[in-house]
Amino acid sequence: MEVLSILIDWFPYVLTGVGATIGLVLSALALGFAFGLPMALGQVYGSRPMRSIIGVYVWFFRGLPILILLFLFWFGIFPAIGLGSLSAFVVGAIVLGLRGAAYQSQIFRGAIQSVNEGQMIAARSLGMSRLTAIRSVILPQAIRIALPGWSNEYPNILTDSAVCYAIGVAELLTITSRIVTQTHVTMPIYLATAGIFIILNYGGLRVLHGLEKRVAIPGFGSGAV
Amino acid sequence: MNDNDCVLRVEEIHKSFGDKEVLRGVSFDVRRGETKVFIGPSGTGKSTLLRCINQLTLPDQGRVWLDGEEVTNSGARINHFRQKIGMVFQNFFLFDHLTAVKNVELALLKVRGMSKAEAREKALTELRQVGMEDWADHYPAEISGGQAQRVSIARALAMDPDVILFDEPTSALDPELTREVLEVMKRLAREGMTMLVVTHEMGFACSVANEILFMENGVVAERGTPDMLMHDPQFTRTKDFIGRFETYRQGD
Repeated sequence: MEVLSILIDWFPYVLTGVGATIGLVLSALALGFAFGLPMALGQVYGSRPMRSIIGVYVWFFRGLPILILLFLFWFGIFPAIGLGSLSAFVVGAIVLGLRGAAYQSQIFRGAIQSVNEGQMIAARSLGMSRLTAIRSVILPQAIRIALPGWSNEYPNILTDSAVCYAIGVAELLTITSRIVTQTHVTMPIYLATAGIFIILNYGGLRVLHGLEKRVAIPGFGSGAV
Repeated sequence: MNDNDCVLRVEEIHKSFGDKEVLRGVSFDVRRGETKVFIGPSGTGKSTLLRCINQLTLPDQGRVWLDGEEVTNSGARINHFRQKIGMVFQNFFLFDHLTAVKNVELALLKVRGMSKAEAREKALTELRQVGMEDWADHYPAEISGGQAQRVSIARALAMDPDVILFDEPTSALDPELTREVLEVMKRLAREGMTMLVVTHEMGFACSVANEILFMENGVVAERGTPDMLMHDPQFTRTKDFIGRFETYRQGD
């Protein structure tokens, strides 16, 4: 089996691509969370100007195809602001993350708004400041409510990460293409890559469902009751 | 405020929602250890009145004092006053993500700054007060409405409030569960807790209240001891209201 031996030979190289893909996804999810949650809080509790600014941000990042965003930042915005020396990997992670933040902010906004208003009233009636109430009462509930929707972000970003091929990030699809060019074996290599994406997808979702169950609370939010 | 016995003073509270003036000048003093019960038709501003006291709803006019300090217009100090003014809600509003004991602990930790051990001990003590210590580790979704309301009373008690506001505490409960909550409230009243209670439970009002205030159209229409309101012929409107109320209940 010539094809099998090619796959085996190139496997260590493929693993570097898997590593880069996982790196892209985890950084983008983390960045999306770090920006998306505060943006959600800003949209629910912030002043009118703050809500407008966040609204424009969300509109921009949800309104453009990911490939265009990637080119805009890689060829235009980052070089223009003196960040032209950033590696393709970093730019890819940032763009996926900024776009993820727009989506995540709306997931968290919906979750925060679905927490019963009585929770805030009760917290304030005990003398908690609004900030304490948000931190200790609203967010623990909102994040649990958000988790199933948030889990969607993982397969979204995982599959989107392949567009980083276009700016030359050495992620899974880029690596695959290089192997195809070198070996002139096409379908088996792409199928193997597809298989790897499916495994990554399945594995990640298993972890997220496990997390949902772990933080589940009887009669509340997500996961098993 | 010369009278040291007066823990809460409410003066000329007005509140409108849009065109509707819900409260049209309500005033009263509350002595320490007193239980005042507010009765009257729905929509006469009883619940709004309670929320104006701890500023969950901001009154348009009027002032509130707690122990001689002004609660209204107190800015950020409102959080200090709210610790001293407990509140119990019709729909309990327990924190859904926390067990009973953690519901009681939370404000002790985050507002009073107690240590974990102190807060736990105090929370368990308060749960014992309301007969819920065996349910300490249950979540709100795992207990009955009556039990949830008792936990919420423990949560209010834990802050060592000067006064507790009860906003229709049994209106969401069936008669059986209502009784277990009223038992706890009666005991608190006997033990000297200062309480303002909005309720439709006339039996409770008559047995516990030092004063009943009958509210109608945003004002206190009649007020007096239960005995006066029931037997003195001058209080026609209260008797009329209670009469209608009782007839309706019997016809139910």
